[in-house]
Amino acid sequence: MTFKTALMGAVASLALVPAAFAERGADGHVNIIYYQAPSTMNPYLSGGTKELESASLVLEPLARYNEAGTIVPYLAESVPTVENGGVSEDLKTITWKLKEGLKWSDGTPLTSEDVKFTWEYCTTEGGGCSQSEKYNDVVEVETPDELTVVVHFGVPKPFPYGPFVGAQAPIVQKAQFADCVGEAMASCTEENFSPIGTGPFVVDEFKTNDVVSLSANPHYRDPNKPAFATATLKGGGDAQSAARSVLETGEFDYAWNTQVSPDLLEAMLAKGKGQLVSAFGTLVERIMVNMTDPDPALGDERATAAHPHPILSDLAVRKALSMAIDRALLTEIGYGDAGRPTCNVLPAPAIYNSTANDACLTQDIEGAKAILEEAGWVDSDGDGIREKDGKKLSLLFQSSTNAIRQDFQAIIKQWWGEIGVETELRNIDASVFFGGDAGSPDTFQKFYADVEMYANNFDGTDPEAYMANWECKQAPRPETQWQGNNMPRFCSDEYDALVAEMAKTGDINKRAELAKAMNDMLMQEYVIIPLVDRGRLSAHSNTLGGVILNTWDSELWNAADWYRIKE
Amino acid sequence: MLHFTIRRLILSVPTLLFISLVIFLLLDLAPGDPMASIPLTVPPEVKEKMREALGLGEPVHIRFLNWLYQFFVVEPQVAFDHIFGTDFSEGKQRIISFQSRSPVMSVVAERMPQTLWVVGLSYVFATLIAVPIGIFSAYRQYSWFDQLGTFISMVGFSIPTFFSGVLLIVVFSVILGWFPSIYDTTHTITDWGSFWFQVKQMAMPVFVLTLYNAAQVSRFMRASMLDNLNQDYVRTARAKGLSERVVVLVHVLRNSMIPVVTVIALGVPNIFGGAIITEQVFQVNGLGQMLISAIYASDAPMVQTLTFIFAVLIVLFNLIADILYGILDPRIRYD
Amino acid sequence: MTDTTTAAAIPSEKPRNQWWDVWDQFKTHKGAMAGLVFFVFIILAVYLGPLLWTIDPTHIDIRARNTGPSLAHPLGADQLGRDMLARMLQGGQVSISVGLTAMALSLVLGTFIGVLAGYWKGLDGLLMRFTDLFLALPLLPLLLVIIMLFRDPLRSVFGLETGIFILIVFVIGITSWMQAARIVRGDVLALKEREYVLAARSIGTSSGKIVVRHILPNIMSPIMVSATLGIANAIITESALSFLGLGFPPDYPTWGRLLFDAKDFIQQYPERVIWPGLAISLTVLAVNYIGDGLRDALDPRIRGR
Repeated sequence: MTFKTALMGAVASLALVPAAFAERGADGHVNIIYYQAPSTMNPYLSGGTKELESASLVLEPLARYNEAGTIVPYLAESVPTVENGGVSEDLKTITWKLKEGLKWSDGTPLTSEDVKFTWEYCTTEGGGCSQSEKYNDVVEVETPDELTVVVHFGVPKPFPYGPFVGAQAPIVQKAQFADCVGEAMASCTEENFSPIGTGPFVVDEFKTNDVVSLSANPHYRDPNKPAFATATLKGGGDAQSAARSVLETGEFDYAWNTQVSPDLLEAMLAKGKGQLVSAFGTLVERIMVNMTDPDPALGDERATAAHPHPILSDLAVRKALSMAIDRALLTEIGYGDAGRPTCNVLPAPAIYNSTANDACLTQDIEGAKAILEEAGWVDSDGDGIREKDGKKLSLLFQSSTNAIRQDFQAIIKQWWGEIGVETELRNIDASVFFGGDAGSPDTFQKFYADVEMYANNFDGTDPEAYMANWECKQAPRPETQWQGNNMPRFCSDEYDALVAEMAKTGDINKRAELAKAMNDMLMQEYVIIPLVDRGRLSAHSNTLGGVILNTWDSELWNAADWYRIKE
Repeated sequence: MLHFTIRRLILSVPTLLFISLVIFLLLDLAPGDPMASIPLTVPPEVKEKMREALGLGEPVHIRFLNWLYQFFVVEPQVAFDHIFGTDFSEGKQRIISFQSRSPVMSVVAERMPQTLWVVGLSYVFATLIAVPIGIFSAYRQYSWFDQLGTFISMVGFSIPTFFSGVLLIVVFSVILGWFPSIYDTTHTITDWGSFWFQVKQMAMPVFVLTLYNAAQVSRFMRASMLDNLNQDYVRTARAKGLSERVVVLVHVLRNSMIPVVTVIALGVPNIFGGAIITEQVFQVNGLGQMLISAIYASDAPMVQTLTFIFAVLIVLFNLIADILYGILDPRIRYD
Repeated sequence: MTDTTTAAAIPSEKPRNQWWDVWDQFKTHKGAMAGLVFFVFIILAVYLGPLLWTIDPTHIDIRARNTGPSLAHPLGADQLGRDMLARMLQGGQVSISVGLTAMALSLVLGTFIGVLAGYWKGLDGLLMRFTDLFLALPLLPLLLVIIMLFRDPLRSVFGLETGIFILIVFVIGITSWMQAARIVRGDVLALKEREYVLAARSIGTSSGKIVVRHILPNIMSPIMVSATLGIANAIITESALSFLGLGFPPDYPTWGRLLFDAKDFIQQYPERVIWPGLAISLTVLAVNYIGDGLRDALDPRIRGR
């Protein structure tokens, strides 16, 4: 592979439209690797990213997000809005029109009945549908004719694009899944492993947690697509071996989520077999600060609002912790080009992005020390750790097991050490940390530590539900079986009022203002310390064209447009 | 001996039931949640509903009895139906995995070929190589062959497979490009070309596992042979004029086999437990990978079923070892 | 009467302690002596080394990250700029102490259970079924449960490092004794039917004495092999535990962990893999040779020659 051909490959992959003479199946076989293997092809059974994305090769929603975060029609003719009359003035109904002549991969026509069935399928009790939240507040789905779907909401929906939009809520075939509703949902193994869809590919063979073999859908709506006749989606291994198989050995064409050390990727890229694609979404690596006391001596009231945290209740301490961090360096070490330092917990889409907190981008160790001094935290006994009223600045810092997170922990520990804060590190297996097992002391909800680090984001482009995470009532506590997303146990009437305000505001600019205000409040209270805005990073071979990385939807959203670059 | 075998087989039933209960309670007690891999964007209420749909709301004894019924009644019926085309199992609930919502036993069947090809074969190779190496190392103690064997086996055992596997991939896949770095489980052998591909994709994982297993067995073989080579009966046998070959390979070997038989018998169930790290490194996706991903996903039915099958094999092979002791050394009596 | 006179006749020369014979024999074993010298060297290095090489192994010097050997960092620095030499020394302390104690625990436990089961028929069934149970338990969930139940209590009683050390040794010990138990039992089953044991029993030697004097010395070689393999196993298991978050805090170096962290950088910075890999292998090799020599030295049939 000379430099010139590599360059040609890069140029060719920028061209969005493949050559006009391309026809379905002309480009042979494409190999995709996901280092976490999909366990099922039904996104309603498992909400995991790997399942959503592999299913998106087969199942499609009415509309989905493109790489810019804009909603574009897929099975629908157009995206309904208030302006074009598709969404009612009271924001309680949305009317979708299906494209004409759409067929399932078995040759039968797609009708509005299938769309209605999808809603029933996911909301019937006893099934445990993982995407039921998408259908929240839907009271009725009407099908006046074969191509029209009218969705009625019980409350005004300023953002009505939950149901049937995005990789999370694709349409399933009524004929196939009619007997798989409710408690029968899980027992339909055959259906769940090879759903009939409208997407570019059809499942030939599905081996759970291992490999999916697919072939082109003979009834796909564009007669010239997909360019590949067959596809393999292999799972297993780790991010590094996935990156290696594309960038170094060239065995695979596309590798999902190749998030490994930037140094390593650079060395792999030098082989000239492939390239990296990255794009930014809403994923933020952050440190959560516990506002409640996790002291084991408190028994049942441990880490609950009954006892404020002895040292972290002091704003000065929280602020100093944030100031001592060099976010640019963290980004460089951990994520390279696939990350950028951020001072916001809500970094995107652009209209929601606040600039009020950008001072945190520069590390200020001296400033942090000064703030602590001023607040009365001084090192009186000369052990290098500050104290006040007999309380030492000593923290337990937990995170999930992940090489980059452990590196981050070590560096942050050092910076905090420089400002006189002692840190003990702990890493917890992800299956325990992110699990909601109320019996385990190590979950991120229980937060039996002083600070914890993980990443979170939200689906799609609307931050309303995400910002509502830090409402007072969302705090995990024994009464809620420790469920809830308000890890810092942040509690402010002012904030709750903003959340309520946003729920009834339809105007996009006002919504943006509210979201920014909420973000700024969290940032200036320093209950969340954002570190890095993490992009998606995937790799594809130089011979695979048409890849457009999309962080708002499935990465494989445009697999129909992928093609082989001829050398 | 027959009497002993029958008694042990009968005794193994309560043993296995007890083991299955302990495993079940252990998995129930273990922290971890099948919902941990669901993105944080899915709200807690929905996760709670999903948990209920998995049957996690039931009390623990009901779930255990359910599992017992499914494992000992429903699954055998399914297997029977499969073979004879009957329909005894019609409409009965099989053991369903939390992750994929598919029957656990069919996943086990799906994973069997690559597990046996890679892990099983490497175990056979390891044993075939290790026993002669052990014998020869002991017979020519401190010869260069013995020294080299000691060095290789010690390095082989103390270098973890997560390292040796990656090393092989870097050398043979990245630099030389001889072998594929990712195992293709959909590959079927139809002709010489595809057979050759199968050999190529198996080469590295089999080598890594063979080295690791052979190291262990050969050390025990050597030590045990050394013990016996100095015994009085060896001198007697030589004095009788038996050939060196007969003395070493019949008399000494037979008496040295007891610890080796133990080690080998302990290792066989491990084939079915899979070689977790090696499978992970080469993406073989056999039973080991399945077990570890099930553990990470807190997929209790899958872990329970796999570990129970594993327990059956352990009890069985330890029984086989005990019987072999009696054959190798008729003085050992259990009655 | 004659007894007292003979005893009085040679008082000047005390009967030579048999351990001197063992030592003399051991000394003639070149490999064992080399192993012993190396092992003592490693122990001295990891325990006394940090007194001479005083860089803090957790100190991050970000400018030095990914640098090769230099005067400031003789073995280079890792991906965060921590000094590899300091980390190797500190890591060796943990790995060797965990390796030795965990191996000793599992060996003592395994030998004890193996001898009981092999020698006393009444205990055999029960103990071996107990062994089967432990062999069958899935390791990872078991570890998670143990950690969940005991981490915080141990930490509050013994402090962070000692508490976790005890926990790790305990965890490795109780999950790795089964092989030793099965092997010892198998050998004991055969040995107890040998003529000399029957002879000892027929002259009225107590069972305890038979085990200690006649059985144990004859099962030394499989125990020695188990010991060497056990150390390697414990060092590697420790690294896996720490990696999973079930062991020492993530910034705490151990040889296994250094190896694990460095394996991703095998192409770019091979030396980072080589040092911990070499340290583990050579330590295990040294212990193996010491074990070989000790076994030979303890065998009276060889000692005479």
